[in-house]
Amino acid sequence: MAKKKKNKKKKLKQSKGQLGKKKETAREKMIGQTIGYRYDVNLLPDYKKLTPFLKKYIEHMGWDDLNWLEDVHMGYEENRPAVFDRNANGWVTIPKKIKLPDNQQDRDMIARELLVKFQMSPNHPLVDLKKAYLKF
Amino acid sequence: MANLKTSAKKTKAQSMGMHTEVLTGKTQQKFFNPDEAENFFYWGTHDVDFNKRTELDVKDMDCKMANDKIDRLMSEGYGTIVIKNPQGKHSLGVGILNKLNLIFEGSLGYFGVGSIDGPIVKVNGRVGWSCAENMMAGKVIVEKNAGSCFGAAIRGGDLICKGSVGARTGIDQKGGSIIVGGDAGAFTGFMMQRGRIVVLGDVGINLGDSMYDGTIYVGGKIGSFGSDAVEAPMEKNDIDWLNRKLSVAEIGNNFDVSKMTKVVAGKKLWNYDALEPTEKKGAI
Repeated sequence: MAKKKKNKKKKLKQSKGQLGKKKETAREKMIGQTIGYRYDVNLLPDYKKLTPFLKKYIEHMGWDDLNWLEDVHMGYEENRPAVFDRNANGWVTIPKKIKLPDNQQDRDMIARELLVKFQMSPNHPLVDLKKAYLKF
Repeated sequence: MANLKTSAKKTKAQSMGMHTEVLTGKTQQKFFNPDEAENFFYWGTHDVDFNKRTELDVKDMDCKMANDKIDRLMSEGYGTIVIKNPQGKHSLGVGILNKLNLIFEGSLGYFGVGSIDGPIVKVNGRVGWSCAENMMAGKVIVEKNAGSCFGAAIRGGDLICKGSVGARTGIDQKGGSIIVGGDAGAFTGFMMQRGRIVVLGDVGINLGDSMYDGTIYVGGKIGSFGSDAVEAPMEKNDIDWLNRKLSVAEIGNNFDVSKMTKVVAGKKLWNYDALEPTEKKGAI
């Protein structure tokens, strides 16, 4: 009987690192619930962290700010960092070669840059679909 | 009787194997090639020059003809197109997927500039129902009033109306910003899932009804809150963002954004425990 009690304690220790068991964020405290995402989807971008590529992209498009990219964040898919590509309607995983900073603002800027490059690439999965189904 | 099996012509999609491919889920393990970094427009769209300007009179054209003509002008490299006499025609300027300065000298009908991804559009008049529906990116400025469902299902970009808008503004919004200089009707932010709505004037009843996420800022009076919409404290980040966005929108000079009401979802509709179990796995 005593052995069984020890096992229970071990299981509790393992679950400490999981989301929902960690310290709550300010937003989680406010709403009184655990946020399912492991990143803040409402985080406003820090423009001091803009990458040179993103500056060039904004200038090229004639916009005043990040525009649609304000809503792009570095997320996770199957325990790997990933960016959601709304055009392909799927998560695109980040290659292991790319080392990511700990700060979410920096990670988000990298996510934005990678997503633009991916979407504008002639190797994007939608290019094949467009070639096949383009009507006009 | 004809043998349908042998007489059916193989489409291009079938010959590419798209009807027989094995679907393995949403995750794409391959990523981009860094050498392709400097490309700023989608495959199959046009890289236009903002300094190349032209005018297009659409008085005697239907919407399909007008949209075809706009596409042809973009393919010739025109980056600034002024549309004369839009006369409230429906579905003008839809589906533009590259950068462009598009100026309408007049008003638009229903579903104007829908599904756009990138252009900067200026409408020197009013717009009808569902302006910029499904907008993906870019900036749209409407100088006067807008009808119902302004920015329905918008996914990104800045949608600005300097006047007042009708009911269900930002219905099913999934991203981007909707900024209204005047008042907004009932059910503003209905079922919104992400993004931000800013209304400098008053809003009607059922604000943010059944909203799942996102933020609504209101400068005037609120008719009533909808289901699961709750007030939240304004933070410094909100104030900074509002000041910056209002200057981008070219409205609200000297407007004290710190006195606005911030509305968010109460999260009673959230069911992530059941829907997204993989999201809850350990941090990386």
